[in-house]
Amino acid sequence: MYTYNEFDEAFVRSRVAQFRGQVERRLDGSLTEEEFRPLRLMNGLYLQLHAYMLRVAIPYGTLDSAKLRQLAYLADTYDKGYGHFTTRQNIQYNWPKLDDVPDMLDALADVGMHAIQTSGNTIRNVTSDHFAGAAADEIADPRPVAELLRQWSTDHPEFQFLPRKFKIAITGSPTDRAVTKAHDIGLRMVRNDAGEAGFEVIVGGGLGRTPMVGKVIRDFLPQADLLPYCEAIVSVYNLLGRRDNKYKARIKITVHENGLDKIRDLVEARFAEIRPAFSGIDQEHLAAIEAQFAAPAFKQADTEAFDKAYDTDPVFRSWVDTNLTAHKAEGYAIVTVSLKAHGETPGDATSAQMRLLADLAAKYAHDELRISHEQNVVLPHVHKSDLPALHAALRSAGLGTANVGLASDIIACPGMDYCALATARSIPVAQKIAERVDALKIEHEVGALKIKISGCINACGHHHVGHIGILGLDRAGVENYQITLGGDGTETAAIGTRTGPGFAYDEIVPAIERLLLAYLEERLSAEETFLETYRRVGMAPFKTALYGEEQGSRARAA
Amino acid sequence: MSRKFTPKVITANDLRDGDVVYLTADDRWSRDHAEAELIEDEAHAEIRLIDASRQGDIIVGAYLADARSGANGPEPVHFREVFRAKGPSNYRHGKQAFEARA
Repeated sequence: MYTYNEFDEAFVRSRVAQFRGQVERRLDGSLTEEEFRPLRLMNGLYLQLHAYMLRVAIPYGTLDSAKLRQLAYLADTYDKGYGHFTTRQNIQYNWPKLDDVPDMLDALADVGMHAIQTSGNTIRNVTSDHFAGAAADEIADPRPVAELLRQWSTDHPEFQFLPRKFKIAITGSPTDRAVTKAHDIGLRMVRNDAGEAGFEVIVGGGLGRTPMVGKVIRDFLPQADLLPYCEAIVSVYNLLGRRDNKYKARIKITVHENGLDKIRDLVEARFAEIRPAFSGIDQEHLAAIEAQFAAPAFKQADTEAFDKAYDTDPVFRSWVDTNLTAHKAEGYAIVTVSLKAHGETPGDATSAQMRLLADLAAKYAHDELRISHEQNVVLPHVHKSDLPALHAALRSAGLGTANVGLASDIIACPGMDYCALATARSIPVAQKIAERVDALKIEHEVGALKIKISGCINACGHHHVGHIGILGLDRAGVENYQITLGGDGTETAAIGTRTGPGFAYDEIVPAIERLLLAYLEERLSAEETFLETYRRVGMAPFKTALYGEEQGSRARAA
Repeated sequence: MSRKFTPKVITANDLRDGDVVYLTADDRWSRDHAEAELIEDEAHAEIRLIDASRQGDIIVGAYLADARSGANGPEPVHFREVFRAKGPSNYRHGKQAFEARA
C-alpha cells in the first residue's frame, strides 16, 4: 500500500497547522462562521444535527492495521468509541468537539491519513472496487491509478472551486463493484482488441435528486492518457458547469443539457491541447506507485482444516457461502466482514471491533483491509486454512454475521439521526428490516438482494440503484418512505422505478416484507434473483403486494 | 386576514461542541428545550433572531423553530426538532444520555 513521501507528509502537516490556526481564530472571534465554514469543510468538518462530524478519507477504501488502530484510537479519544463507515468508503466521527479536531487531524497525519477534500466543491476521495488487488476476475489492480488520481486532484489549483462536488470511481474488473456508472467520472478497466489494458471512461452519472446513469465518453482510453483525459473532463466541466443553480450544477446536468457529443468534442479538444504537457513523468510516477501495491507473497498451504470445518460446522459453512468471494491466488479467499449484524447500525464499528479487525488483518490477511461502499470491511487476502480461526475470532466480537449480499446487508445513510440535510430517518428502518427478515428466517431463501435506504433526496444511501430502494421524505411534518424497484448499481446499471405512494414510518417494514413474500411467490426457481424476477414480471405483482389487487391490475393493464 | 403566527423558539448549535442550544428569555443559551423562550409574536421573534445571530462567538446557525407550550415548558413540534432535542434513535447519545443519568 502507498506510503507518504516527504512531500505528502509536509503537505498534510502544513494543512493541519493551518487548520489549527483557523480554529483558534474562530474561537477567539477573529473569524466569523461565514468565513470559517468553507475552511472547515475543506478539512472534512461538518456541523450536523447534534454535533460536529469529521469525515476522514480512506483513499480507495484501503487500510492497513496501523491505520485502522489509529481510527480506533480517534474513536476512543475524541468520540464515543465508534466510527461510521460510509458509502464512499470513508469513516465519519459523529461527536468531535471543535477544539479537538486539529489534534485528530494530527493523529491521522501520524499514519498517513487526512480529511482533505472530503467535502466542498472539489474532487472527492477516489473510490474503487473493494476487492481490488484480490479479485479473480480483475484485469489489474486499479489502486495505483486511484492513488495517482488522489495525488493529482489533492489541492489541484484549477479544481478547488468547481461548480459542485466531483466524484471519481475506478474498477480494474469488468464486473462493476464500484458503481462507476453513478459517478461524475467512472473508470472501468477493459482490454482492447490487441489485448492491451485501458479504461472505458464513463461521464455524467450520479444519483441525488436527478439520477442519471453515466454515459460512455470513450470506449477505450490507454492508461498513459488517463490523467490528461480526466483533467480535460474536469476542465471542460469547470467552465461549462452551471453555477447559477446548485441543483443543476453537477456534471450529470452539464452532460444532459449539452449532450454527450458536444461534451466529447470539447473534452477531446482540451485533451489534445494539454496532452503534450504530460511528458511521461506521470507514468514514471505511476510506476513508482505501482511498486508499492505489489501483491503480497501468497503462501502455499493445504486446505484440510478449511474442508473439515466446512463439512462439519453449519455456521461456518453458511458464513463461507455468503461472505467469501473468489480470490485470484490459489488457496486464498476474499472475506467480507459484515458490519450489518441484525439490529445494529449499518456501517458502524466499535473501537474494539476495529482493533480486532486490525489484529486479524495483521495475522491472517497480509496486513490489508478494505472498506466497501456497501459499508462492510473486507479482508482481501486470507488463506483458506486460516478461515476457521478467523471466523471464530470474528464471531466472538459480533462480526460473524453471514448476510453479505442478502436482505439484511442494507446500505443506509446516517439519515435524520445525525445528518442536518436529512428529511427522515434511515438507520432505524434498516435495523427493523434486518430484525424482521432475521425473525422470519427468510433471507437465505430470498437470496441475493440489495436494499438501499436514503434519508433524503441527495441519495447517499444509493437508493436509486437498490433492487429495493427506500427514500425517506418529510410529508407535511411526518416521515414518509417511497419505494423504488429494479435499481442496479453494477455494469448493467439502472435507476429504480417508484412503486407508487409512500409509506409511513410504521408501515415501511411490513411493506418490504410483502415485497419479499411476493418475490418468493413469483420467482420461477430459487436461482432466479429478485432483480431477475422483477425484470421478467414487471411492477404489477409487487404493486398488488404493496397496495392491493386494484393497483396491481392497473399496473398490469398499463 | 393574516395567518395566525405559530409560536417559535430560537435554536442553534454551540460553537465548541456543536450541541443543540435554545435561547432563553433571560438571554442565556440553554441545552434544555423546556427552558427556551416561547415567542408568540412575529415581530418579537424577528428581533430575538437578530439578537441571537449577533452571538456568533458562542453559537452557530440560529433559526426559528416551531414550538408549543407544554407541561414543563416549550416542546418541539416537528419531528426534526424532536430528534434535535433528544439525540439519535440508534444509541442513547446526545441529550438523552444526560437525561438517563439524571
